[in-house]
Amino acid sequence: MEFVDYYKILGIDKTATQKDVKNAYRKFARKYHPDLNPNDKDAKANFQQINEANEVLSDPEKRKKYDQYGKDWQHADEFEKSRQYQSQSTGSHGSGFSGARSGEDFSDFFESMFGRGAAGSGSRQAKFRGEDFNAELHLDLLDAYKTQKQTLTVNGRKIRITIPAGIDNGQTIKIPGHGGSGISGGPNGDLYITFSIANHPIFKRLGNNLFASVNIDLYTAVLGGEITLDTLDGKVKLKVAPETQNGSKIKLKGKGFPVYKKEGQFGDLQISYNITIPRNLTDKQKELFTELSKL
Amino acid sequence: MQTEYLVSVDEFCINHNIEIEFISSLHQTGLIEITSIKEAWFIDVKQLQQLERFIRLYYELDINIEGIETISYLLQRVNAMHDEITALRNKLRLYE
Repeated sequence: MEFVDYYKILGIDKTATQKDVKNAYRKFARKYHPDLNPNDKDAKANFQQINEANEVLSDPEKRKKYDQYGKDWQHADEFEKSRQYQSQSTGSHGSGFSGARSGEDFSDFFESMFGRGAAGSGSRQAKFRGEDFNAELHLDLLDAYKTQKQTLTVNGRKIRITIPAGIDNGQTIKIPGHGGSGISGGPNGDLYITFSIANHPIFKRLGNNLFASVNIDLYTAVLGGEITLDTLDGKVKLKVAPETQNGSKIKLKGKGFPVYKKEGQFGDLQISYNITIPRNLTDKQKELFTELSKL
Repeated sequence: MQTEYLVSVDEFCINHNIEIEFISSLHQTGLIEITSIKEAWFIDVKQLQQLERFIRLYYELDINIEGIETISYLLQRVNAMHDEITALRNKLRLYE
């Protein structure tokens, strides 16, 4: 655990007045407040730091203690008496933000020095809903193809969620009430889960449609035939028309990706033919190709 | 049948320790919608999250109504751009 320089965080020196602290705090809070920086983890971390610095420096008692013992915070015994005193005084002098009031938003250094629960509760004593949590869940394409249930652990709590088939890469779903606890009796925040779906080696996805390339040999391309194709739904037999050109495309209706929250609806699968030219021809084959070329 | 959940503005203001004039200003600038029933004001619960954000901006960051209006508009644009980036990234994956 390292010493945290609250003055440095707020960009002020030790002689700063309460007004200076407040101004410095407002300046940084406007820059890093989570409401102004949605889904920005760095801003959130900075905001928590300045909130903590303000919590200490805007409270004359905490500031005095910090100035006196700050760098020698490890001398816990010396702080014990003042800590007990602190736990008895319930009034808050803080003018900080309700969005970062839970104990886990403060550093180990802060808790070591002032104890858990030493953070103020805001000057307006308003009821606020808890902080929204953001999480990222990694799936592969096959996971996203079928509706499935998963158990996640968010902030020590287990949550069982149903992921509907057809969820898209980058899509975010909201789980109401599973965010941070409400402040002063306010409702809990929400949990937002953003899905990151890995690329599949064969199937590429765009919306509800899938795209894939299939190799067919020269003879099937020229003369036509039948091939067996793997789809996410199982194998399908496909007729290849005679004289199929390299790069030509066909569409398999309803063999694409399921449409999100629309049961029974699927996108299409677009197949692109890649014709492979035979290698290591035998003499007989070369002879026949030559004969063919002269026709 | 569609069920609407409305919260009394008076009650909301008491719980959040804010002035009713603030809600009125947000309503006048079009930032929130208010439903009036028998001369009493109500807010749809779907707007509460956004309203609480406005309260934090106004009371805690000292941002005035005009500032909140600007921020609200810019955040909408940021979100729209974020969605567009996600869609474009997904399109790019076709060529990876």
